[in-house]
Amino acid sequence: MKKIRLSKIFFWLLLVGMTFIYMGPFLFSLSISLNAEQDVFQWPIKLIPQKWTFKNYIQIWEDLPFGRWLTNSLIISIIQTISNVFFSSLAGFAFARLRFPGRNFFFSLFMASLMIPGIILLIPKFIVLNEFHLINTYSGIILPGLVSVVNIFLMKQFFETIPKALEEAALIDGCSYFKIYWKIFLPISKPALAAVAIYTFQGSWNEFMWTVIVTTTSDMFTLPVGMNFLKNEFLVNWPLLMAGTILISLPTLVIFIVFQRYFVQGVGTSGLKE
Amino acid sequence: MARVELKNINKIYDKKVTAISDANIVIEDQEFAILVGPSGCGKSTLLRMIAGLESITSGDLLIDGVRVNDLAPKDRDIAMVFQNYALYPHMTVFDNMAFGLKLRKTPKKEIKERVHHAAEILGLTDLLKRRPKAMSGGQRQRVAIGRAIVRQPKVFLFDEPLSNLDAKLRVQMRTEIKRLHKQLETTIIYVTHDQTEAMTMGNKIIVLDKGLIQQIDSPMRLYNFPANQFVAGFIGSPNMNFIEGKIEKGNRILFKSPDITFSIPENLETLASNFLNQEIILGFRPESIYDQNNENVAWLTEKVKIEIDVIEPIGAETFIYFQANGNDICMRTTSNKEYYTGQSIHIGFDTTRLYFFDKKTGSILR
Repeated sequence: MKKIRLSKIFFWLLLVGMTFIYMGPFLFSLSISLNAEQDVFQWPIKLIPQKWTFKNYIQIWEDLPFGRWLTNSLIISIIQTISNVFFSSLAGFAFARLRFPGRNFFFSLFMASLMIPGIILLIPKFIVLNEFHLINTYSGIILPGLVSVVNIFLMKQFFETIPKALEEAALIDGCSYFKIYWKIFLPISKPALAAVAIYTFQGSWNEFMWTVIVTTTSDMFTLPVGMNFLKNEFLVNWPLLMAGTILISLPTLVIFIVFQRYFVQGVGTSGLKE
Repeated sequence: MARVELKNINKIYDKKVTAISDANIVIEDQEFAILVGPSGCGKSTLLRMIAGLESITSGDLLIDGVRVNDLAPKDRDIAMVFQNYALYPHMTVFDNMAFGLKLRKTPKKEIKERVHHAAEILGLTDLLKRRPKAMSGGQRQRVAIGRAIVRQPKVFLFDEPLSNLDAKLRVQMRTEIKRLHKQLETTIIYVTHDQTEAMTMGNKIIVLDKGLIQQIDSPMRLYNFPANQFVAGFIGSPNMNFIEGKIEKGNRILFKSPDITFSIPENLETLASNFLNQEIILGFRPESIYDQNNENVAWLTEKVKIEIDVIEPIGAETFIYFQANGNDICMRTTSNKEYYTGQSIHIGFDTTRLYFFDKKTGSILR
């Protein structure tokens, strides 16, 4: 009895500690964003500002092309998310279910590409897109992230857990392979698709490095890149920056809450044993 | 309304492993044909080749006289019921059953009629809106059968459909499928490893072992006239007993083995004399052994003394096991006499039900 209680307390404390570590910076930025004073780094740190205001949140929309950046971010993230869900599931289906010459070779090639650090690819990617005159265009930002190998791998692994008989039953019922993918495999793969969607959206929404490199004018900036320009060489308007950051983090939060059910399912159960 | 014909069908995997060799089968219209054999004998491969899920290495597969080797499964006009049901988990029972028809662009009204009709036959009418997850194994199996019925195919294929059900339900579904066959008047090809299922359901049984067809016959003919030792041992429960021995000539012709020796009855003398001084295998079924002191049967061989090893009372009958030449021999008796372990009794064999098999090839000697 006593042992169980002790371990419970221990885990509870651990949980609280971890929560604080993860939530702390977020709460701190929230506090700064609501601070009415310019000098936010007083010592001791005050989590609850003496004078507080929503002014920073309004100012961001007025002083900066925040709306434009938001539109850019949305366009890019939504296109990349949809295309990742579609293409990675399609490729995953092919690798998991179709027999075609070179299947193993191509899959190994895909996997091998994961071993190359992303940073090395920045310059080649830039050169290629430059040749196509795609620098500082939506296509330039979006194209490299249309599909990711990790997502293909994830979908392949998930599809492999689906009983073969299901595919065969559909074949006999009169499905083509594309219809098997579209009408049978996709609908029963919601957890895996949700995982792919969430990961992709989050990654795409927060993408910084590639966008910084491929954009040259501020009207093509996404939110993270735009926020970065609040950091002047001599002066950083911290409350404004933090207000922007808090706003940026909201969509990811919403998406997670909406898809959480599937997401947890996706992590918890990989197959569907009937 | 279909006749299925397999001509010299072979299946060879990766140019090395032979799964099926030279299968020749004719399944007549409206026949209930069973493919039976131990696991790994190739029965499922054969069925899947008929379904089109597995390619045919060589030979011809004809449905109603048309060669269908190269047709896709959906164009063969067949329906299949899978062992694990293979229901679409995201669809309701109605949609599961209607799926194939929708793909074939059947008018909506007709789909509805057909699904409701099938649901009625199978007692699924109240479950049409449910999803597979919310149903028992027996109900799921019915839905899988329903999905096949609504398509009104030429041939039904069943791949061990009952093996995931518990024993009681299995017996119940057995009669249901049999009744269904009568009602639908179609050709059924049914795969099972369970010889009881095969015997009770089919009117043509195809026994397979190691990719080779051993015998094709009606249930009772398989039981009474097995073509070889494998069929004799596989069909019937408990199994047929086998004893190795030698045919020798004394005063009369004898079957001689360490534990069991008796003179060959007159009706078998001519046959046995062909194998004088040869090693053979003697086969006899549990019900062909009688207790000489208890049961007064005229057509028995001479007395053989044995010692009872294990007794299994079932109720209507009792199985008595004894050892002979290191083998367990099973004897079935319906008498009410109380037996006990260690008891010595005199038995005799039904002279009309003795089988001789070639020791090397296993084929029956007659």
